[in-house]
Amino acid sequence: MNTAAESLRIALLGNPNCGKTALFNQLTGSRQKVANYAGVTVERKSGRFTAPSGRHFEVLDLPGAYSLDALSPDEAVTRDVCRGMHPDEPRPDALVCVVDATNLRLHLRFVLEVRALGLPMVVAVNMADAAHRRGIRIDLQALSEALGVPVVETIGIRRGGARQLVEVLDRGDIPTPPAMDIPDDLSLHQQVRELIAKAVDMPSPTAHIDEALDRVLLHPVAGLLVLVLTMFLIFQAVFAWAAPLQDTLAGWVGSAGEWLAALLPEGHLQSLVTDGIFAGAGTVVEFLPQILLLFLFILMLEESGYLPRAAFLLDRPMFKAGLSGRSFIPLLSSFACAIPGIMATRSIQDPRDRLATIMVAPLMTCSARLPVYTLLISAFVPRQEVWGVFNMQGLVLFALYVAGIVSALMVAWVMKRWRHGGGHSLLLELPSYRIPHPRDILIGLWERCWIFLRRVGTIILSLTIVMWALLNFPAPPPGATEPAIEYSLAGQLGQLLEYVFAPIGFNWQISIALVPGMAAREVAVSALATVYALSAPDEEAAAQALEPLIATEWPLATALSLLVWFIYAPQCLSTLAVVKRETGSWRTVAVMAVYLFALAYLASFLTFQITRWITG
Amino acid sequence: MTLSQLAKGARATVTEVEDHGPGDQLARRLRALGFVGGEPVRVVGAAPLGGDPILVQVGFTRFALRRAEAERIRVEKVDA
Repeated sequence: MNTAAESLRIALLGNPNCGKTALFNQLTGSRQKVANYAGVTVERKSGRFTAPSGRHFEVLDLPGAYSLDALSPDEAVTRDVCRGMHPDEPRPDALVCVVDATNLRLHLRFVLEVRALGLPMVVAVNMADAAHRRGIRIDLQALSEALGVPVVETIGIRRGGARQLVEVLDRGDIPTPPAMDIPDDLSLHQQVRELIAKAVDMPSPTAHIDEALDRVLLHPVAGLLVLVLTMFLIFQAVFAWAAPLQDTLAGWVGSAGEWLAALLPEGHLQSLVTDGIFAGAGTVVEFLPQILLLFLFILMLEESGYLPRAAFLLDRPMFKAGLSGRSFIPLLSSFACAIPGIMATRSIQDPRDRLATIMVAPLMTCSARLPVYTLLISAFVPRQEVWGVFNMQGLVLFALYVAGIVSALMVAWVMKRWRHGGGHSLLLELPSYRIPHPRDILIGLWERCWIFLRRVGTIILSLTIVMWALLNFPAPPPGATEPAIEYSLAGQLGQLLEYVFAPIGFNWQISIALVPGMAAREVAVSALATVYALSAPDEEAAAQALEPLIATEWPLATALSLLVWFIYAPQCLSTLAVVKRETGSWRTVAVMAVYLFALAYLASFLTFQITRWITG
Repeated sequence: MTLSQLAKGARATVTEVEDHGPGDQLARRLRALGFVGGEPVRVVGAAPLGGDPILVQVGFTRFALRRAEAERIRVEKVDA
């Protein structure tokens, strides 16, 4: 018999923060597939499980929604699938409407709205454990009779916590409530009040622990202090703790490349493998520990319920600048790399806020700029003490970070002035605090890293290979004396670019090095070493050899101009590629590339000319 | 009075959400979240920087609302 014909397609739906994803993980374990709905940046999560009777179920985890009257692309997907109007998703055979047992006043309204669709339906009263702890008593029998559909208790975070739900689904005959027009909100809410009066005994409307935590975490002084400490911890982890892991991984990739290269005959193929494929893969893998740690922290903040609190604390200043409190995490992530930052903007519902956040994300100083900063600062900035506590070099680095943030605020502010019409909304639910379940964190981490590797890995890898071709072809003529790179397409391009970059003080060597820097910014350092014909096995050695050379060869104005250029670093193609993927618009990509380039050029021009004027 | 005029800790009952023009999405969403006539609400707190957004308890749920959003919600103060 055909098993596909036998399997029942069910969809989980519910308000945001109802614990639906934990329940989905509980039902399907690791048998999940994450993809994207065509044309929108909404995740499609599906999985399967087999009930004790042997019946197969296909489970769809629909995006969280407050109402079928959709306001965001997420909610529109949920609405369309439930109404059977989605182009790629057939209408599910049955719906499982998940509600948070501690938040029934809000969540039952959605149940009533969904019930009006007239599809076979089960209500899962989730997080029953949290409700028991708070002394909330729910009469499931009365609720089921009043709603006319089965009501079961579930605990998404406990093994076997979905047993009752599976039993009901397995029995088969799920009742279908009558289809009707969705009543208006006044009567929906009136019905919810009646349901609660009939079936729910709620000692207090909120949990005492939430109130106590909020008193500290939302406190004007203590709250901001905790926020700053949390940010500091994330920075510390991403930049300091990830470093040894990164070095180890990079070492492994390097040795694997060398081992493979030794097997291959010398020539283009060998060069492609070591300088193209393995160099590209090395860059991707080197990023992975940082990205993993970053995702881990963000997931824990999300799952614990702290993230909306941070957005609440920071909404005002960010709104003034033309952003939103929700922009906070994407921008924080962008300090590691703009790519996960831009991917994280999916959580911003307002499309204009999301676009503004995407636009300024590349101005946050990503870790790929650090090698360039480090090289230039150690070559040109004296290591002198300032006011006894600070070091001049550290201050310059700090100033570069601040310059990026200030530029981002200015750009967002200008964008805000340009777009008209208010109607900005925040409307952010601050859910109950929860201790994240390790299983849900692991599954989330795995998913996000997989998406990152698939998207970014392929982009960076293909760009590195293209760059390798540009750098190696055509080969230098016989008897050539200059470094081979000068004869290549990239070299010729760099020499052309020198005309463009002369007014901002870049010589042809810098201009050439900027070309491979397009694949990944930190490659600019090793490219400089190549142009100056230094043989250096890796980036660190390249920087060490370069430092004295550029310190004597470049005027100070050129060095400062290049530092300022990297604040804007408009040449990261991977970022632009991800912006295309996330916004689906070439126009956005073009606007971003042009504005970043214009700002970089203008700022570098001013820096170069003013420094030259001062230093004579 | 409007929800945005309530002091911290004050309790009130919603009378209605004002629509700005036909098909006002924000007003519809506010009603969906529970801001309907007769519903008790309480201002729990305000953000540290400038007192905006405010934190509002409606039903069993807490929402952060910008003052511009809270202005749309007409309320009647309940004396404690």
